[in-house]
Amino acid sequence: MNQMNRINGQPLGGTEATGAPRSGQANRLSGGQIDHAKTLNFRFDGKTFQGHPGDTLASALLANGVRLMGRSFKYHRPRGPLTSGSEEPNALVELRSGARQEPNTRATVAELFDGLEAMSQNRWPSLSFDALAINDRLSTFLTAGFYYKTFMWPKAFWEKLYEPIIRRAAGLGSLSMETDPDLYDKGFLHADLLIVGSGPAGLAAALTAGRAGAQVILAEEDFLFGGRLIAETYRLGSGSGADWAAAAIAELAAMPNVRLMPRTTVIGAFDHGITGAVERVSDHLAVPAAGKPRQILWRIYAKRTLLCAGAIERPIPFENNDRPGILLAGAIRAYANRWAATPGKTVAIFTNNDDGLRTATDLIDKGVSVAAVIDTRPEGKTLAGTTHLKGATVIDSAGRLGLTGITVRLGTGETRQIACTALGVSGGWNPNVHLTCHQRGRPVWDAKIAAFVPGADLPPSMSVAGAATGDLTTSGALASGAAGAVAALDALGITARAAELPEAEDAPVNVTPFWYVKHGKGRAWIDQQNDVTVKDVKLAHQEGYRSVEHLKRYTTLGMATDQGKTSNMAGLAVMAELTSKSIPATGTTIFRPPYTPVPIATFAGRSAGKDFRPVRQTPSHKWAAEQGAVFVEVGMWKRAQWFPRQGETHWRQSVDREVLATRNSVGICDVTTLGKIDVQGTDAAEFLNRVYANPFAKLAVGKVRYGLMLREDGMAMDDGTTARLAEDHFVTTTTTANAVGVYRHMEFCRQCLWPDLDVQIISTTEAWAQFSVAGPNARKLLQKIVDPGHDISNEAFPYMGCGEITVCGGLRARLFRISFSGELAYEIAVPTRYGDGLIRAMVEAGKQYDSVVYGTEALGVMRIEKGHAAGNELNGTTTARNLGMAGMVSKKKDAIGSTLSEREGLNRDDVLALVGFRPVDRSRPLVAGSHFINVGAEATAANDQGYMTSVAFSPNLGHSVGLGFLKSGGARKGETLRAVNPLNNEEVEVEVVSAHFIDPEGDRLRA
Amino acid sequence: MPDHSLAPLLPLGGATPRRDTFAGLTITENPDVAIASVACRMGRDADLAKAAAALFGTALPVPGQMVAKGDWALFWTGPGQWMATAPFATHEDISRIVKAGLGDTASVTEQTDAWVRFDIDGARAPDMFERLCILDTRRMAAGSANRTMIEHLGTFVLCHRAGEAFSVLGPRSAAASLHHAHVAAAKSAI
Repeated sequence: MNQMNRINGQPLGGTEATGAPRSGQANRLSGGQIDHAKTLNFRFDGKTFQGHPGDTLASALLANGVRLMGRSFKYHRPRGPLTSGSEEPNALVELRSGARQEPNTRATVAELFDGLEAMSQNRWPSLSFDALAINDRLSTFLTAGFYYKTFMWPKAFWEKLYEPIIRRAAGLGSLSMETDPDLYDKGFLHADLLIVGSGPAGLAAALTAGRAGAQVILAEEDFLFGGRLIAETYRLGSGSGADWAAAAIAELAAMPNVRLMPRTTVIGAFDHGITGAVERVSDHLAVPAAGKPRQILWRIYAKRTLLCAGAIERPIPFENNDRPGILLAGAIRAYANRWAATPGKTVAIFTNNDDGLRTATDLIDKGVSVAAVIDTRPEGKTLAGTTHLKGATVIDSAGRLGLTGITVRLGTGETRQIACTALGVSGGWNPNVHLTCHQRGRPVWDAKIAAFVPGADLPPSMSVAGAATGDLTTSGALASGAAGAVAALDALGITARAAELPEAEDAPVNVTPFWYVKHGKGRAWIDQQNDVTVKDVKLAHQEGYRSVEHLKRYTTLGMATDQGKTSNMAGLAVMAELTSKSIPATGTTIFRPPYTPVPIATFAGRSAGKDFRPVRQTPSHKWAAEQGAVFVEVGMWKRAQWFPRQGETHWRQSVDREVLATRNSVGICDVTTLGKIDVQGTDAAEFLNRVYANPFAKLAVGKVRYGLMLREDGMAMDDGTTARLAEDHFVTTTTTANAVGVYRHMEFCRQCLWPDLDVQIISTTEAWAQFSVAGPNARKLLQKIVDPGHDISNEAFPYMGCGEITVCGGLRARLFRISFSGELAYEIAVPTRYGDGLIRAMVEAGKQYDSVVYGTEALGVMRIEKGHAAGNELNGTTTARNLGMAGMVSKKKDAIGSTLSEREGLNRDDVLALVGFRPVDRSRPLVAGSHFINVGAEATAANDQGYMTSVAFSPNLGHSVGLGFLKSGGARKGETLRAVNPLNNEEVEVEVVSAHFIDPEGDRLRA
Repeated sequence: MPDHSLAPLLPLGGATPRRDTFAGLTITENPDVAIASVACRMGRDADLAKAAAALFGTALPVPGQMVAKGDWALFWTGPGQWMATAPFATHEDISRIVKAGLGDTASVTEQTDAWVRFDIDGARAPDMFERLCILDTRRMAAGSANRTMIEHLGTFVLCHRAGEAFSVLGPRSAAASLHHAHVAAAKSAI
């Protein structure tokens, strides 16, 4: 059976030969893991092509005879695919159109779907004629590091001129600049064993662990399971590798303890054995289904991880080795065997190992003409059915937009031209050690395969099996996969028996290191994605960049979307040769997550747009929205900023009305957002006494006190009121902004500083809906709400009183006589679910007094008029003394911050003091953030006298008022200064006044 | 219910609880639970255990656990701290009821309206949860109670029946965002 049946849930036609290639698909072969019976239409650069289910964009284009798929980054060289997988450096396209357009998508892993649209990148006006290919002619000037040297003068030109030009010329795909319409999820998975990769090692491991009953996740970046098994022709037992893989997957799919995850790339091995994986849920569909994510970023908590990531073939750089049609030999084999496609009808092979010979054999079996096999090794067996040139190298290639032939240098030294339209290159295989290095592990050199293999310092709980360990045989991969699973589960106390394994090939690769071809004067490409040549590496060496990390930065070798998966080794080898060091002594650069590119949107998940963060709504939100309130974000809260009424066209009209109505009669404001912390325990009073700078021990039950909290360094941290409801029960309020911070601070104090105190705290911010009712008629309004049994007259319930009461016929409530506005004011609290009902009842009760509901803007105006400090003044740099509250810092007790608040520098005579300001010309507005400069002095930092923190237009006074910190401020009332705003080059003459613009004696709030 | 004149508003803004149904999953807003926090006073562990057993008819649960007996369900929230829950209709005044039973062995705070509670039922619940939080809800045992982060918010997830019946308690002011996150995850998974 074919696994595509199961994965896609759709029947396939025979996957065996289906006869002659269809029209257009000139390079389509027979067989493979594609559904020849079904045709998909797709477009590349505006032209329509046909492919089949199971194709990638790259395999379908190759089948259609298209080898040219992109232009290179710097020199705009024509390029085609080098690989058949995620390591692809060249075949990058813009996939889809409109808002879903995605740049730099690897055609080699883009699963074909009907209607797919792709455009080539980095070319103008077209892929076959690219004007910027002129860069290729200018290559002498554009070598590594050219822009570090060339564009240094004049300095100002860099940002405005040079950089934009370079970015336009050297770039990859472009962004749509539209909002991504798709959804992205994040999630969490748990397992005993995570198996990364489903080649022979991964499948043997999954069968072993699955049959043992362990919780297993098998993650495969491809849309088909099987790894190289579905790209090869050798037998596993009595059948093909693909059949064995399909049977294994069918068995695993039936196990409830095994989770099969195709299209899922494990992108990183993070702390504590946690791995990250990206599942491409909908990338193989034209549009994701409604409500379904495009991709999911999974955080996998597996007790053990078995890395079965296989190996990546490496090319051999030679002159002009980057023409479309020159691929890795293993990739050509995969295209032929799995995708029934060939990049050319006449293929040559260039290899330094036996695996390269397999490609020739498979192609011959498929009926593809193999022009020659160029083998760097002078010895070894001779391949039948083709010309096997031993001890030979490819030294050049020809063909402007695609390969037409190669120049071969024979062992004898003579050269020979060979016509071919594709060349398969194999320089050996590099175990895929990427994930083993994410925790700073260093791979070690294995001379047997001339490659790095995983070192001993693996990420926690990770082990490695299969080709990723350096055992490049199929039988070795199967055995080490099964053994790896047994060992991993043994560590968890789960007994597993290695799955019986089929017989498989165990031919050694017989690689003879051959890093690059030295003949030829032209450019031999090491890193095709970044256009880095052998010469560039030599130049870096010549200029003193010897460390591989410096080499990488100077040349850009190994950067960008492929992270040098096919190029790093050749770069290292050249550098090793130049420095006369061994490759292991030269070392590798650090491998970092993600393993393959991940859209930023995937990392964001659902936290985008309006769902960027959760929204907190106040209990009166519904009512406020009905009134057409304008909301403002205050942290996560949405608070009503003002409530426009009909005819009001400017926010100031609404705010002025709300302020005047409150000061003249009564206003209501939702103040639920202020933090509320329930503090209980026999030592609750002592606890508060230590947390607040001012004393709390003797606060009477039924009373409220304003408290100022300092940080350990003596700076003001937060302020608020604390009510004593019982001997052992207080309710503390915090500012909205600091609610969480103060709670955290108090928990720290409770648990770490004073664990000997009997005190328990819990947040009740959400539990109670709290409203301020302020203004001369506040009491009258509340008397209509508060149940008659509770006397709230001035005598019975004076300023700074509090109590538990009932309202509206028996609902439990709390009443506090506190004022932020400076008016006669109360705060009334009911359980949150009744907050909506309460504001409606209060609005109704207030009608006879022409009451208003006011928002945060009016709240701000009134507190500035009253001279109350808020966040602008409690800005983390101000002390109690700066705030005019030095007297509150009790010297009779120890409290957090009281000692350090005594520092000499904080107590000089000329320290900043909070005072009020009004414009000399009353018609002028004030600007917060302005700095005060003496009249006649130059506006310099040295002459700075302080700064304005808060400003408002006072509708009561008819002019702007401001609060600010001024050197020796208390002693300078009556003085005239300049409030200078250098940002706008403006200044206003201001007069220093008391910060209390309204009711400085406080008669109103005690009324 | 006390006979006052104020109508309650549910956390999602409706007059009746919101219910979202998917194949194999329902998400139901549940406002009918009164909640009080219980925090042991210093050195009063034994006294509290005794008083709690008398009041609730069961021992206080150990870390990570929930117990239910009669009207009461209790879950552990931190060292020496629990939430006591009971039907809202009969226990709206829960903090006074609990305080009366526990006396000075514990600090008791009304928490009823600090939380929005969603009851999650159905075999597909773990498919939704794995897109919401770090908890391994597939293997969470009945009676488990864990604190976790959902939609950036501190929440409690209670497991009533393994794999198929859960409750999520999250901050009431963010009920709409929390609900949106659940529905979005359910749509994504189912």
